[in-house]
Amino acid sequence: MNNLIVSPTALAFAVVLVVIALAINLKEKIGLERDMIVGVIRAVIQLTVVGYVLTYVIRIDRIWLTGLMVAIIIFNAAINANKRAEGIPHAFWISLLAIATATLLTIALLVLARAVRFTPSQIVPISGMIASNAMVAIGLAYRSMNTSFHDQRQGVLERLALGANLKQASKHIVQMAIRTGMAPTIDSAKTVGIVSLPGMMSGLIFAGVDPTKAIMYQIMVTFMILAATSIGSVIACYLAYSQYYNSDMQLR
Amino acid sequence: MTEPIFDVQELGYQSGGQQILQDITLQIERGANLTIAGPSGSGKSTFLRILATLLTPTAGTVKFAGKKQSAYPKPVYRQQVSYCFQQPTLFGETVRDNLAFPFEIREKTFDEQKALAALDSVELTAKMLDQPIIELSGGEKQRVALVRNLLFKPQVLLLDEISAGLDVDTKGVVHRLIQAYRESGVTVLSVTHDETEIAAADDLLRIRDGKIEVPAHE
Ligand SMILES: Nc1ncnc2c1ncn2[C@@H]1O[C@H](COP(=O)(O)OP(=O)(O)OP(=O)(O)O)[C@@H](O)[C@H]1O
Ligand SMILES: [Mg+2]
Repeated sequence: MNNLIVSPTALAFAVVLVVIALAINLKEKIGLERDMIVGVIRAVIQLTVVGYVLTYVIRIDRIWLTGLMVAIIIFNAAINANKRAEGIPHAFWISLLAIATATLLTIALLVLARAVRFTPSQIVPISGMIASNAMVAIGLAYRSMNTSFHDQRQGVLERLALGANLKQASKHIVQMAIRTGMAPTIDSAKTVGIVSLPGMMSGLIFAGVDPTKAIMYQIMVTFMILAATSIGSVIACYLAYSQYYNSDMQLR
Repeated sequence: MTEPIFDVQELGYQSGGQQILQDITLQIERGANLTIAGPSGSGKSTFLRILATLLTPTAGTVKFAGKKQSAYPKPVYRQQVSYCFQQPTLFGETVRDNLAFPFEIREKTFDEQKALAALDSVELTAKMLDQPIIELSGGEKQRVALVRNLLFKPQVLLLDEISAGLDVDTKGVVHRLIQAYRESGVTVLSVTHDETEIAAADDLLRIRDGKIEVPAHE
């Protein structure tokens, strides 16, 4: 299993790839060079730190430490989803609740089904995958809701005037938002193996794991991400839509 | 003395530092047919929207059937005090989506016969039901929007210039329909700029600069 060797020199050469991306960016005046450099530096620092932290957490193998790692992951995901909310009140808490429920529920099911064991080497990476997918889905759902409540303002007002409650007045917007949030997950579930060979599976095969095992693992991951993104976006949308109204059931 | 359906006391409405309505005090009897007129921007739509609880007054109170507006659950109230927008928008894809909505919010199954009869009452044909809303003319949209408010009979109809964009014949159709609702006991408040409608008004309320204009005594 040790045929996976990325030496520091090899990594240094990979920097050339970044330079190519930067050069294209500068030449075409896309204006992303700052973001790109920040992104690259952050990726290197964050991954280095997390590499050491993970090594430590896996070696120590304590439940509380594993739990803490999962909590930090969920917290960070909520902060990021909140950024997409563009002013939806309480969006951080809504995101936190949605991502935490999606992540914990999915993990609980996987552990109960004995698909994964409660050890840091399994729980932490899986939490990361689930939380980040839920985060992206929720972010997309928020954006869709913001756009719909803006573009369809008059339609919502009409529904309210007809005597709809908030849920009835927002139903179509909420449905649309959930659909938008889940679309990437569903698309990738449909095309997995045809278009994309997911990072985790490729990584496992790359590292010398039996491809059949890697694929079974990937099937599980696909299911779990489907579950997590639906749970996450449903909770987030159902908690968020009422934030668009005031206590007199009028649009803000 | 019967209790007025609306009892408006010293009503005021302010928005963005602008006084839009001010010191409006009036009672409206149940079954009344009140015509509201006044220059553009004088606050007529704002007044109707407050009566419909779509806006909350910043001063004064409105009582509906003896109780403060806030005493009613908003959906219940709005189903009884039905506001028709000045420039109505249809929602969803087809006319059916719009006519099914009043059933949906009352948790009733869609009664197609009732919807068709309602369309017929504003001289729209049955085939209109599945027409995409983007294909309707302005006047057709306006009538579908009105039908939406009338599928379940409210106690009060607040009509915000609903016949403004209609030709003479269609105006007549809409007027006769509203008249029929009035005769069945519905209280009607209608905003209009139409001189003939103003001249024919049973009761006339003029609003100017957010205040009730006291008529010069004859
Ligand atoms: N949401 C709002 N915020 C601030 N000002 C508003 C708002 N809505 C309306 N106004 C202002 O309030 C005033 C009254 O508006 P309103 O729509 O009630 O007039 P109106 O009498 O119905 O006019 P029209 O005959 O043109 O329909 C206008 O000056 C308008 O610009
Ligand atoms: Mg108006």
